[in-house]
Amino acid sequence: MQMKARTTGLAAMAIILAVMPLTFPNGYYYDIADTALFNAVVCVGLNLLIGYTGQISLGHAGFFALGAYASAILTLRWHVPPLVALLAGAAMVGSLAFVIARPILRLKGHYLAMATLGIGIIIFIVLNTESWLTGGPDGLTTDNFTLLSWKLKGDGGWYWVGGGLLLLAVWLSLNLIDSPVGRALRAVHGSEVGAEVVGVNTTHYKVLVFVVSAVFASVVGSLFAHRIGLITPGIGSFFRSVELVTMVVLGGMASTFGAVVGAVILSVLPHVLTAFEDYEAVVLGLIMMTTMIFMPKGLVPTIARLWRRRRASA
Amino acid sequence: MSLLRVTDLSKGFGGVLAVADLSFTINPGTIHSIIGPNGAGKTTLFNLITGVYKPTSGRILFDDVDITGKPPYELAALGMSRTFQNLQIFFNMTALENVMVGAHLHLQPRLLASLLHLPSVRRRDAVCRERCVELMEFVGCGKYRDADAASMPYGALKRLEIARALASQPRLLLLDEPAAGLNATESREIDEVIKAVAAKGVTVVLVEHDMKMVMGLSDHILALDYGRKLAEGTPAEVGKNPDVISAYLGAAN
Repeated sequence: MQMKARTTGLAAMAIILAVMPLTFPNGYYYDIADTALFNAVVCVGLNLLIGYTGQISLGHAGFFALGAYASAILTLRWHVPPLVALLAGAAMVGSLAFVIARPILRLKGHYLAMATLGIGIIIFIVLNTESWLTGGPDGLTTDNFTLLSWKLKGDGGWYWVGGGLLLLAVWLSLNLIDSPVGRALRAVHGSEVGAEVVGVNTTHYKVLVFVVSAVFASVVGSLFAHRIGLITPGIGSFFRSVELVTMVVLGGMASTFGAVVGAVILSVLPHVLTAFEDYEAVVLGLIMMTTMIFMPKGLVPTIARLWRRRRASA
Repeated sequence: MSLLRVTDLSKGFGGVLAVADLSFTINPGTIHSIIGPNGAGKTTLFNLITGVYKPTSGRILFDDVDITGKPPYELAALGMSRTFQNLQIFFNMTALENVMVGAHLHLQPRLLASLLHLPSVRRRDAVCRERCVELMEFVGCGKYRDADAASMPYGALKRLEIARALASQPRLLLLDEPAAGLNATESREIDEVIKAVAAKGVTVVLVEHDMKMVMGLSDHILALDYGRKLAEGTPAEVGKNPDVISAYLGAAN
């Protein structure tokens, strides 16, 4: 049954992704859609850490930014092919996450939040101040993403890459959760000592999921850098990290599709709310507050439960 | 030959010794009970043996391997598992998934294979799922296999913890108050489960307050008071021991 729900979900997502562009009147819509897709992939990774394993990171925008800067620097300064730069960035971010994960994931709750917040801020400061490498506050310009002689450009191109990557990320996440490793991760969330006494090395799994989620962020950061053409330290700011966590929580923790829905809503909503002009931020805040008050488990898990209950009573 | 040998074990919290200079051995294939009044150090002793706490001094040998200070997950790999007095269920998972986590060490969990859901992973999971369903039926909570753990009644959760521990295929199983909070019927049923577990060749150590259960079930009893050994022996011997009687009922004089 779980298998079926998974296939149905993936198929539904593929269809929505395929049909969406038909409704886009111009390139502006592609800009928003691409941002939503990129955010969604980062959130699927972050949800593994936050939703399933019960840890928190307020520094994931930092990993996203490191991936973006790694790609920009490697392709511009050393003319490394973009795909190689992306992989090198991911390897670097993965290694960095691995090194810092062990000491900080000993912390729990607020303390872990503080430590990850610190890492995000350090990355942000380095990007701002090490101008010789990062261009400082002015940032860096980036080139198109090329693979051999193929050049990725135009409105549609990025959309399909982003959509494909999201489908891949969701598939990987659904696979992982329903596997021995995924059960170990969820067990860490459920009870660390309960997991330990049946042989789960909880530290190992916390480090593992931290690295995986950081690599997700880094890969998307690399693509984002090529898509956007100009990157500045702002993409790694604390506010971006909070935004990512908010997307996961709003969509529904411990729900892969929830992470996608949360990311899409929070990426699209500000553009929809421009109709409210000066009150845009207020309306956005109100929507988020009411959602969390009435649906504390997040959108997707709450709606899924209502749906099941309705079907059971029918 | 002993399966577990504890030598001069002590654990202090601040200035208080919860377990003090305790030595005893547990032979394989027996049901061993640890009794004592509240605060006698029974649960602390469990936490020391299973690696949840690190001892202040003393040594613990499991099957002649020094396991002093080793973390619980390493002990699980050596063949030791336990349940908890205050349940440590994974409430974010289904009952069956809880038991499947118990089989973690036997599934060769690899990140890449798991991410890709390779056929080998699916095959092992399918076999594991069947075995875990059997374990749930064995401990008597089979009807909850697809239920969310969070929706299960207390008595079933206690059985679920036993099933989860058994899924790790332990040689030594420690049960911390398996009958606490259960009514008389449920207690008797747990009693049968423990006997059945022991009959499979698993050495069982339990902490229990239900004296009827302890006396009926145990091959060997260790009585503690203020973290020290008060008495040790067969149920008959310990039951007659004047120190044990006075610790439980208060001294006659």
